[in-house]
Amino acid sequence: MTDTEAKTQMPARDKVVLPKLGPLGMLRWAWRQLTSMKTALQLLLMLAVASVPGSLFPQRPANPAVVTQYILDNPATGPWLDRLQLFDVYSSVWFSAIYLLLFISLVGCVIPRARLHWKALRSAPPRTPRSLSRLPEYGTMTVAAESSLTVEQAVDDAAQILRRHGYRTRLHAGDTDHPSVAAERGYLKEAGNLVFHTALIGVLIAVAIGGMFGYRAQKLVIEEEGFTNAELGYDAFFPGTNFNPDSLSPFSITLDNFEVRFDRSLTNYGSPIDFRADMTVQNTPTDEPRQEVLRVNEPISFGGTNVYLIGNGYAPVVTVRDGDGNIALQGPVASLPTDATYNSTIVIKAPDARPFQLGFVGFFLPTAMVDEDGVAFGSDPDPMNPQLNLNSYYGDLGLDDGNPVSVYQLDTSGLTQLNGRDMPDGGIVLGAYQTYDLPEGKGSITFDGLKRYVALDVVFDPGKIGALVFTTLALLGLIFTLIIPRRRVWIRVGKHDDGRTMVEYGLLARGEDHGLSKEAVRIGSALTKHWKRTTTESRQEKS
Amino acid sequence: MTTVNETLGQYSELFMLLAALTYTVAFLAFALDLVRSRKMPAQALEPARELVPATAGADGDGSVQWSHRTLPQGNSSTGGTAKDTMGYRPLRRTAARIGVALGVVGLVVHAAGVISRGIAAGRMPWGNMYEFTTTGALLVMAVFLGALVVRDLRFLGTFITGLVLVMLMAGAIAFPTPVAQLIPALQSYWLIIHVSVAVLAAAIFTITFALSVLQLAKSRQEKDEKLRLGGLLRLVPDAASLEQLAYRMNAIGFILWTFTLMAGAIWAEAAWGRYWGWDTKEVWTFVIWVVYAGYLHARATRGWDGTRAAWLSITGYLCVIFNFVVVNVYFSGLHSYSGIS
Ligand code: HEM
Repeated sequence: MTDTEAKTQMPARDKVVLPKLGPLGMLRWAWRQLTSMKTALQLLLMLAVASVPGSLFPQRPANPAVVTQYILDNPATGPWLDRLQLFDVYSSVWFSAIYLLLFISLVGCVIPRARLHWKALRSAPPRTPRSLSRLPEYGTMTVAAESSLTVEQAVDDAAQILRRHGYRTRLHAGDTDHPSVAAERGYLKEAGNLVFHTALIGVLIAVAIGGMFGYRAQKLVIEEEGFTNAELGYDAFFPGTNFNPDSLSPFSITLDNFEVRFDRSLTNYGSPIDFRADMTVQNTPTDEPRQEVLRVNEPISFGGTNVYLIGNGYAPVVTVRDGDGNIALQGPVASLPTDATYNSTIVIKAPDARPFQLGFVGFFLPTAMVDEDGVAFGSDPDPMNPQLNLNSYYGDLGLDDGNPVSVYQLDTSGLTQLNGRDMPDGGIVLGAYQTYDLPEGKGSITFDGLKRYVALDVVFDPGKIGALVFTTLALLGLIFTLIIPRRRVWIRVGKHDDGRTMVEYGLLARGEDHGLSKEAVRIGSALTKHWKRTTTESRQEKS
Repeated sequence: MTTVNETLGQYSELFMLLAALTYTVAFLAFALDLVRSRKMPAQALEPARELVPATAGADGDGSVQWSHRTLPQGNSSTGGTAKDTMGYRPLRRTAARIGVALGVVGLVVHAAGVISRGIAAGRMPWGNMYEFTTTGALLVMAVFLGALVVRDLRFLGTFITGLVLVMLMAGAIAFPTPVAQLIPALQSYWLIIHVSVAVLAAAIFTITFALSVLQLAKSRQEKDEKLRLGGLLRLVPDAASLEQLAYRMNAIGFILWTFTLMAGAIWAEAAWGRYWGWDTKEVWTFVIWVVYAGYLHARATRGWDGTRAAWLSITGYLCVIFNFVVVNVYFSGLHSYSGIS
């Protein structure tokens, strides 16, 4: 019965009768279908299923390069998967359609319910039904005649006891021999449900606002270098669809020092324990510089813009001299770690070298060791024996034709190779402070020192606070709706000819309520106890 | 930062082993209880307690006479006066009692194992798969034994102790991880909040999974009188009662899972600068959330409660397992903390 009650709470929309009502009728019918519980449930289940492929296929927003590679590796299926938007699941037409329909359904569901609840809140508990014995919980009481309990007094007592149990009551007394009290409690259950569902809409809006007006940017900062928050200063910049450049707050950051600590216990040798970036920051160019520490999980905040420590690595300091003997490049070059011991790939480009531009591709190893085959490998993330292993090229690096080229890649197809493991001169192996002279007098390269760098994400998400507020509201609403029972109680009183007072009561739950029996017993006991006491008192008075 | 205490770490493993041995005996005791239940007299299986003192007026002076009844609901066989279908019955089940007692002993030893692991590592013991599994198993057992205080769920004993054993073995065999400090990405108090609540929710979903499976079996049996299932389900309450209890626990589990989702998002925001990024782990956490939301809706949708809702509850739990085992181990994502290399 409690279950059926829960179902009737939603207007009986589940009964589908095809109407012959013309276009308007059809529209109304479609709307009813969309806002029915059954549709909501089906859309929810579809949403769950539709989310799954995003975990099976690489996703463009997170990993564009992996997606490209995946399509190259799977020439037969890749393009088809792409056409079905399986690499962009969460912005795909079908995923969007499901959640938009779900939210339209949600709105169509919440508004009429909110209106109903608003009415219920302002009106008294509903009239006492004629037949209480049809209710799921029903009971009777007979109070002995000697109690001298009048029906009015009994109803008053009952109302008072109900109020003490948190019920809102309404007396139906006066013109009838069988006065009754109607009571209801747990209005917060429905309110919580409405808050929960409405807050979900709020979350969606907050996410949309973040996506429209926010931005996300990436910057790699080497020790003793810095940057200012400006679109052009970034390695990568991802503006929202309605991004306004004025929302870039004019802060600047310099990385003074980056410290890494690795676990030196036997069991977990070499895994990182702490990353700590000491920064000098300024909120605006005219502000006093101040010191801040940036850690993983502890971003630095500039108003609404946060700076996060996302990655780190080594930047070997090199000097490249060209064939004319001039310095073509001097400074740190960031390498990209490929594993936990910071074995890194590195690309060094010296476009200023003359007569030929010079390029280097290879590895940086913080602690180089040599295996049985004579191949160098890194054995520790700390720089105990730093080493550069490079191949060198000369020719036109292809930087001048205006096409954007990644600084971490070198297209060697148009270049002539000078060094390599298979070449007569072998590869370049450079320990700290060593210099290598390139073959054919093409120049030289020196390994001067080592710096660390941090990879930073800079994020401005104006929807973030809204998302937090609405999810919190949703959680609170959910707790209320699932924990608070909504119950109605009716108690009717009459007088028997022999003077006994006859009481009957019934309880009804709205929504799931496993505790209705217990509540009935609780109220029954309270009534019994009360009238027992008053009977005893009235007996004592008489005697 | 504290250093790792390896001796204590070894004691922790010893405690886990002892707990597993204790649970094994508890498992056998519960299994014996099930087997014995086939021969118990029918009236011994009647609910012991009626909620209403049906003859309230008979005691004392009889000044107030009170009687109460509950309408039978759904396909439930209970009805008449309000009865507690999962209350303790008068029947004395020695084997089950031994099972519970050993469960409690096992729990204490198990807790010692988890706590000493935490002390050994100088942090909350929730940093890798081994620790998730052992802590998760502890919570499953704790929630089960805690629920026994108010409800007679001893019919779940074999299932729960069996599952806890599997979890402990999986921890020891599939995910062994030496005690270690946390990598920087995990050094956050949100880890403690997020993971502890997630594991608690998963523990609750474990129990509702068991209830839903039994509900399916029971409702099959209620439809088909001839289906006896070896008489092993005699101690199990009717399908409607199982469904109700599963619903209540799933509701609590859902609240906790919602919180898990939120806390995870807050943590992700602090660590990576976005609160949601459809990372594999996030996807599955979301899928689980939506499935259980579907379950709660199903319970309120005509034609979807009962058996279909039970299937959703089971699906939700399978997603939890998938999220925990398959996603953690085989999918690479930002959340690669399994500690297995
Ligand atoms: C974003 C999608 C939705 C989610 C995540 C969601 C989630 C939930 C949850 C968790 C509950 C359980 C809380 C409770 O019992 O009060 C619930 C209940 C409910 N939802 Fe939704 N919901 C969604 C959409 C909808 C839609 C579209 C409708 C209307 C067609 C709807 C109608 C209801 C109703 C009537 C209940 C109360 C059921 C009851 O009385 O137990 N929901 N929802």
